[in-house]
Amino acid sequence: MPMAPRPHLRLVAPDSAGAWLSAEALGCERGERELFTALDVALAPGEILQVEGDNGTGKTSLLRILAGLLEPSAGQVRWKGADIRELREAYRAQLAYVGHKDGLKAELTPRENLAFAIALSGRAPKQTPDAVLEHMGLSAHADDPVAQLSAGQRRRVALARLLSIPATLWLLDEPFTALDQHSIVRVEEMLRTHVQAGGMAVVSTHRALQVPCRRVRLATGSP
Amino acid sequence: MTAVRAMLQRDLRLAWRRRGDLLLPVLFFVLVASLFPLAVGAEPQRLQSLAPGIVWVAALLAALLALETLFRDDFADGSLDQLLLSPGSLSALVGAKVLAHWLVSALPLVLLAPLLAVLFRLPDEAMSVLVVSLLLGTPVLSLLGAVCVALTVGLRRGGFLLTLLVLPLYVPVLIFAAGSVATAAVGASPAAHLYFLAALLVLAATLTPFAIAAALRIGAE
Repeated sequence: MPMAPRPHLRLVAPDSAGAWLSAEALGCERGERELFTALDVALAPGEILQVEGDNGTGKTSLLRILAGLLEPSAGQVRWKGADIRELREAYRAQLAYVGHKDGLKAELTPRENLAFAIALSGRAPKQTPDAVLEHMGLSAHADDPVAQLSAGQRRRVALARLLSIPATLWLLDEPFTALDQHSIVRVEEMLRTHVQAGGMAVVSTHRALQVPCRRVRLATGSP
Repeated sequence: MTAVRAMLQRDLRLAWRRRGDLLLPVLFFVLVASLFPLAVGAEPQRLQSLAPGIVWVAALLAALLALETLFRDDFADGSLDQLLLSPGSLSALVGAKVLAHWLVSALPLVLLAPLLAVLFRLPDEAMSVLVVSLLLGTPVLSLLGAVCVALTVGLRRGGFLLTLLVLPLYVPVLIFAAGSVATAAVGASPAAHLYFLAALLVLAATLTPFAIAAALRIGAE
């Protein structure tokens, strides 16, 4: 099926000096459908990029490509100038990814889930699971199986990973899903602290973030 | 190394938390094997000659049934993504996962096998060979199966495809394993068969973790 050439989406000037995470001319196809083409991304320390777009425009795919979980159909993702496919472990050691699935084991408690996430990261934790759970207001549920928690509480456990695992780049896919107002403020506060300390984040959400950030809107997929 | 130990520990703990599920492959194994005397008759001579094949086919089917749980839950709840993003070695992590899977799904079959051997009136020498062949063969089944599960993990209806992919790969194990027990049952030395099984195990244990890791990266896209 012939497809009309789509406008070149430029999220940021590609010459933006000091960008650590950069992607040039990214394309993504799922099945027969082209989600986006010629997408440029550049992110420097201290910046947040908010990805907006209707359902099915490729927000999750973009985040998975940036995480290295999904191969782009065109273009490449670079970290400090080097292709992430060549960096492999070195790039993954900089990352914290919270996908639209929580990545928690329902039979384990929040404390066990966090302890496993820390062990898996292979890095010395910034904070112990207990301290992080207290910060997220989950101390009372630290020893309940995750299966017994509400969707919002599970989301908070997933986001608690960000506080325990040291990572420069946060990739958050719809982090505010199912969260109450109080928790939303807390997560925005986490984002603010993270970028003030020189971190970076790519966040997909429909909310107007109460944190200074650049916005990008993915256009509707098929014409 | 911490990550690998944590992986093994987490999967064993998960298996313990849903220990009811652990019984299913074991019951399946015993039930399938005990259907044969009902179907072919309880004549000791005939059962004895069929036993190695029956027990091994039952073990193979039980292993196949248990494969379903290997990566599918992790894929469904998103923890597979976290494994793929771990900065450690993915092959070592999946190695630990398969080991945990074997310990909870196949080791019980190995322990139960002598019971079936008695049911089929296998001679004592054949019984010990049966246990050894299961100890050598079932890890190969788990490792080869894991490659195929990893490839089909993202598919919605991967069950049938998985069976079609896995069964041909299981054939060499089945031949040498059942062969070893049958040889022992007639009083000959099963060494050749068992050496072949051991070689298969060494090959599978050293090579498949890399294949599983690569297949997961493709399968989980």
